[in-house]
Amino acid sequence: MANIIDSVKYTKEHEWVKVEGDIAVQGITDYAQSELSDIVMVEPPAVGIKVKAGEATGTIEAVKAVSDLFAGISGEVIEVNDKVVADPSIINKDPYGEGWLYKVKLEDPKEFETLLTPEQYKELIAKH
Amino acid sequence: MPKKTPFYDIHIKNNGKIVDFAGYLMPVQFEGIIPEHEAVRSSVGLFDVSHMGEIEIRGNDRIKFTNYVTTNDVAKLTVNQVHYSTMLYPDAGIVDDLLVYNLQDRIFLVVNAANTDKDYKWILDNKKYDVEIKNVSDDIGQLAIQGPKSESVMQKLFDFGLSELQYYWATETKMKGIPVILSRTGYTGEDGFEVYLDRQYAIQAWDMVMDAGKEFEIKPVGLGARDTLRFEMRYCLYGNDIDKTTNPLEAGLGWIVKFDKGDFIGRGNLLKVKETGIKRKLVGFEVVDTGIPRPHQEIHNEIRKVGSVTSGTFSPSLKKGIGIGFVDLPFNKVGTKLNVIGKNPIVVEIIKGPFYKQGTHK
Repeated sequence: MANIIDSVKYTKEHEWVKVEGDIAVQGITDYAQSELSDIVMVEPPAVGIKVKAGEATGTIEAVKAVSDLFAGISGEVIEVNDKVVADPSIINKDPYGEGWLYKVKLEDPKEFETLLTPEQYKELIAKH
Repeated sequence: MPKKTPFYDIHIKNNGKIVDFAGYLMPVQFEGIIPEHEAVRSSVGLFDVSHMGEIEIRGNDRIKFTNYVTTNDVAKLTVNQVHYSTMLYPDAGIVDDLLVYNLQDRIFLVVNAANTDKDYKWILDNKKYDVEIKNVSDDIGQLAIQGPKSESVMQKLFDFGLSELQYYWATETKMKGIPVILSRTGYTGEDGFEVYLDRQYAIQAWDMVMDAGKEFEIKPVGLGARDTLRFEMRYCLYGNDIDKTTNPLEAGLGWIVKFDKGDFIGRGNLLKVKETGIKRKLVGFEVVDTGIPRPHQEIHNEIRKVGSVTSGTFSPSLKKGIGIGFVDLPFNKVGTKLNVIGKNPIVVEIIKGPFYKQGTHK
């Protein structure tokens, strides 16, 4: 069973978002890493880029599959997790912790309210 | 309904991620493609390959007939010797690639799972001479034990010296009492064995091998790593790299076509190809910088399309993207740099031989 944690919110594209003040941390969910398995390359958006919620902002490649990375929430990228770029397998091991992908400076904090709650996300993946 | 191999319940118990592959419920991975891949390269892994098809040809003319439906020269095989071969349509397109075992009393063909029914029908439709043909796929379980430690593991289960069994040789023997066909063959580039047995003994055999492999940390390996392992050796995969629209010469399989052995299906048209020359070639290429080629992507030079990717993956051993694809001549030359057109163009360089060159196969 995929791990769904309570301290973050989710998107239907299987990203998670955590808000700390006016900063949002984004990553991919445990379900997403398990579906992709063996992630070998990740290209998050670069620092300075403005991402828009729901739009493709990068790619993530596993041995057997490639997937777009979607922004969970809008804002300007202020930090990228260089450790996961160097060793993407961290995402498989700890998707909600060490495997975070990038941080943005929030454009509209209200956007966070529109994201899926853990319960809603649980329902979503139950359908898969 | 997809079929289950006799090892299905074991895969479930081992938390295998099950997919429908060629009509069989098969484990694509257990722990993960990369750790399973690495176990086979560095020590030993156990694969359920019972989805592979087996067709027996018996009768006085079995060698003559098999020579007629396949491209390699079966008459050159000593008893218990094995070779790699192809079956062709009259237009020289490939029906399948396969292993041919020249056993004591029969020819034993091992064919691709997705092609078993098609191959069986093809062989029956072309039946001649004194032969009996039987599809025995549903009766047989098959295991592959692959990796540099495979001999040490398997030696515990046989009472003769396995070092006597050379690469691409087989023997009909007993594995701790279970009747098996044992061959020193595989699809990984490492030293290894394949075991064919009646499905009633399957689970017993699996446990035996896992037990014997414990000290070498043997791991069950899924189809995901089977693919990355074969890929690093640049072995063809039917349905991806070769199919009925490709001929063995352009696929680099000319070494298993013996024109001088006498007539075989597809010989006439393949000879024409040989005389006029091939127009395209199946090549292997490595990514120069970053990116992973994926099947069906186009391959371009600076000006136009010159080919397309047939297989693409990340190489766990080389830690970079690798691909196989058809390119038009003369862009097939080793060292040629081309672009694979994905989301971003990927620069690739054509290489010679296998991607992984340290394989332990004898």
